[in-house]
Amino acid sequence: MSIDTAPKQSWWNRIAHPGQFVRWTQPLLWPLTAITVALFLVGLWFALFNSPQDYQMGDTVRIMYVHVPNAWLSQFVYGTMAVSALGTLVWRHPMADVSMKAAAPLGALFTALALFTGALWGRPTWGTFWEWDGRMTSTLVLLFIYLGIIALWRAFDDQLRAARIVAVFTLVGAINIPIIKFSVDWWSTLHQPASVFRADGPRMPPSILTPLMVMFAAFTFLFVVLQLKAMHTEIKRRRIATLQRRVAQGQPA
Amino acid sequence: MNAFVRMLTHELRLALRGGGDVLTLVLFFVIVGAIVPFAIGPDQALLARIAPGIVWIAAFLAMLLGLERLFRPDYEDGSLILLRHAALPFSLTVAAKIAAHWLVSALPLIIASPILAMLLAMDGEAFWRSILSLLLGTPALAAFGAVGAAVTVSIRRGGLIAPILIAPLSIPVLIFGVGAITGQQAQAAMLFLAALSLMALALAPFAAALAISSAED
Repeated sequence: MSIDTAPKQSWWNRIAHPGQFVRWTQPLLWPLTAITVALFLVGLWFALFNSPQDYQMGDTVRIMYVHVPNAWLSQFVYGTMAVSALGTLVWRHPMADVSMKAAAPLGALFTALALFTGALWGRPTWGTFWEWDGRMTSTLVLLFIYLGIIALWRAFDDQLRAARIVAVFTLVGAINIPIIKFSVDWWSTLHQPASVFRADGPRMPPSILTPLMVMFAAFTFLFVVLQLKAMHTEIKRRRIATLQRRVAQGQPA
Repeated sequence: MNAFVRMLTHELRLALRGGGDVLTLVLFFVIVGAIVPFAIGPDQALLARIAPGIVWIAAFLAMLLGLERLFRPDYEDGSLILLRHAALPFSLTVAAKIAAHWLVSALPLIIASPILAMLLAMDGEAFWRSILSLLLGTPALAAFGAVGAAVTVSIRRGGLIAPILIAPLSIPVLIFGVGAITGQQAQAAMLFLAALSLMALALAPFAAALAISSAED
């Protein structure tokens, strides 16, 4: 009787190999891109042509269809990074490192877009680009945290060692973000009463909710596509770095 | 516990014998506070109104300045590796270092704060409140600072990156710290500040220890 001692290969272990990961996720890339494009086409058509104007804001309300999904992603991407950081620290999963690194610039981008579209929306409706309102302020702080994490990644030469350290900081940030949000809300309501805009004002009719939901889905799919692509790029970048090191040491590439 | 106390006294002795570091930090704290009136004008009423914010900013900057000596000298001469394998758990070593950091770079600032209070035309009540809020809030700054210093200890120019990592984390401390002096809900802010310090002190030693261990693997 022979005992099977070969290690069991779950999909989890299998995608830990960068080559396997790329081979498994490469075929997903084009279908996901197609879904993203389709969702954007439908969503933009709804948002630009087939949704009502706001009775106060007029056409500027359409900025909401890009602003709110970006704001949602700014937090969702941090969640992705925090989960990846756990993967790095607890399971030492190599793809978690890559996912964490790929997500940081995307998160910063979506957060910056949320702030930018918010400023564009704020100018005609509130009469100012910037207001030290609780929500805006905590989004700005979130952007600073993203940029800090990117700076931390770039400061290390050895990306493998960097991953665990960045993971520690990402999790410290994840614990702190709710505290920052709470403190900023407390601070802002203390300085100025909440007469300023609250997003939960009017009940949303389906004519607005439908395009918003489609745009939510479109932006989330966009993030998934960009994240996968960025992970593939990062894997290639590491491979090139390894090859260059080998060549520099005089070994055959 | 014995080892913890010995670690703490060792750190304190190092810091106090290392030349005028402590006095330099105090000087920095006072100068930052004293330079503000030059930038905004000598209006006493305005200064009194923004004094709590100035004191907190000065304390925050001075504590950032003191971070460089928290782990870096020990990392560079290799004693951090030895400390990691000592009988004392490494997170406790880090906790001792944070406590020493607070004692040599926050406590002197609080002792020196009457000078700033006088220069910035604070009244008596605001002065006592600011002393209390600094006492309650600076431990959190020390803890966040330790995380930032630990994360950047193996980077050659980590001193540049640590502040931009620490500043966003310190925003709640500044908000509640200043709120405890001037806000309408000062009592609540004081309690939040204490809670923040307790939580940061409980978690930071483990996070910082983990970051340093990862840097050396």
